[in-house]
Amino acid sequence: MANRKYSEDHEWVEVEGETGMIGISDYAQEQLGDVVFVELPDVGKLLDRTDEVAVVESVKAAAEVYAPVGGEVIEVNDALNGDPSLVNTDAFGDGWFAKLRLTDPAELDDLMDEATYKTYCEGLD
Amino acid sequence: MATASDTEVRKTPLYDLHVSLGARMVPFAGYAMPVQYPAGIIAEHNATRSAAGLFDVSHMGQAILRGDDPAACFERLVPGDIAGLATDRMRYTLLLNDTGGIRDDLMVTRIEENGVPALFLVVNAACKDADFAHIAAQLGGDAELQILEDRALLALQGPKAEAVLSELAPACRDLVFMQGAEMILAGTAAYVTRSGYTGEDGFEISLPNDAAARLAQTLLAHDDVEPVGLGARDSLRLEAGLCLYGHDIDTATSPIEAGLTWAVGKRRRETADFPGAGSILEQLKDGPLRKRVGLLPDGRAPVREGAVIRDAGDVEIGIVTSGGFGPSVGGPVAMGYVSTASATVGTALNIELRGRTVAATLVDLPFVPANYKRAS
Repeated sequence: MANRKYSEDHEWVEVEGETGMIGISDYAQEQLGDVVFVELPDVGKLLDRTDEVAVVESVKAAAEVYAPVGGEVIEVNDALNGDPSLVNTDAFGDGWFAKLRLTDPAELDDLMDEATYKTYCEGLD
Repeated sequence: MATASDTEVRKTPLYDLHVSLGARMVPFAGYAMPVQYPAGIIAEHNATRSAAGLFDVSHMGQAILRGDDPAACFERLVPGDIAGLATDRMRYTLLLNDTGGIRDDLMVTRIEENGVPALFLVVNAACKDADFAHIAAQLGGDAELQILEDRALLALQGPKAEAVLSELAPACRDLVFMQGAEMILAGTAAYVTRSGYTGEDGFEISLPNDAAARLAQTLLAHDDVEPVGLGARDSLRLEAGLCLYGHDIDTATSPIEAGLTWAVGKRRRETADFPGAGSILEQLKDGPLRKRVGLLPDGRAPVREGAVIRDAGDVEIGIVTSGGFGPSVGGPVAMGYVSTASATVGTALNIELRGRTVAATLVDLPFVPANYKRAS
């Protein structure tokens, strides 16, 4: 958890070696409400930071998810096709979206750590 | 995030109750309204289909039209047979413009006040100021419109609504779909109609603002009743195939295109004395150029309002006007308009979605059969 970082758009990335697992935060899933569909990227897709990586559909609306860091998509969470509500029930775990091979690990420095993100969210309410 | 406009947002008499129930409040038609409670839209939707949901619809406009012959007077603005309404019977009708476009859709109930007939109107929140100004301007002199700012409106909807409400007012069991009566609920005189916007059996309850929170709390204390927000109200009405004003119908749609031909009264077709009668009766005779239809997308991705509809040959034939996820259907559902030539049930279509297309099938509405208690 110490290496989980957050964007201002409420995406998270958890880094292990050169790989970053990404998803949306608990705050984001709560704002969206019941997730009914997640459009995941194709494996092999190259993403710049802030490129659209996925679209999350709740009952009411669609929301774009942006890559918090750049990289190549090396794996997606196929479990979301069967059960998109994993984003609601386990946003930081089973509700992950994709794994990226990071283009530039230095981009992580621009993201917020857990404590900063928590303060950031409190300021939004 | 406080802005100047926040301070102008109006509150219904249930605002504090919504907040105490943990609702997420959003601005809607100038009011702070609950879009969902902690249970979430799908749970609220399912509770309404399986037991009972309580909705605050106090933002809607309520008014009484009085005069020497308010029904005959009101018929100048709508295509419905209002004069033919018996006391305490209600009808869905449409305020039309001179070209036959729909200014708003509304419920009209013929009531009696000390033996004198009057009309009780319930109109959409977003349209109410314009509607009431229009009605007053058009009928002024012949009828008088009293806007009921001091009344709230609650909707109790679902298969258990009757059992729940009859614990407070046994007389509600005697009402059939589209019938109303005055009843004492939790010590307050309320006007109760057997109607709603979910496709389920249920009631709408008009009562004084200062009694609304007490009745809502009494109803919510029942094990079978859950609070339901605007999110599930939308998914419920979409599955029921009911139009949302400003989306599925507006001033550019006619009742015939919208599949609301049944709202043009038989007698009114002969007298042809409602706004836009010329073009509406012409469409009735020749058929409209486009029709409102149900759309069932393949897969799980919802299509949304504004998405372009194409036929199998990739020719643009229409547009989605409401779309989302239908919890009772278990997948995406939508409605929209397509050209009449393509409006055959079972037709395979393609709907644009984020630069690609989703296959869909044209289907009959509603997606979920209505569960009304009709007169036997």
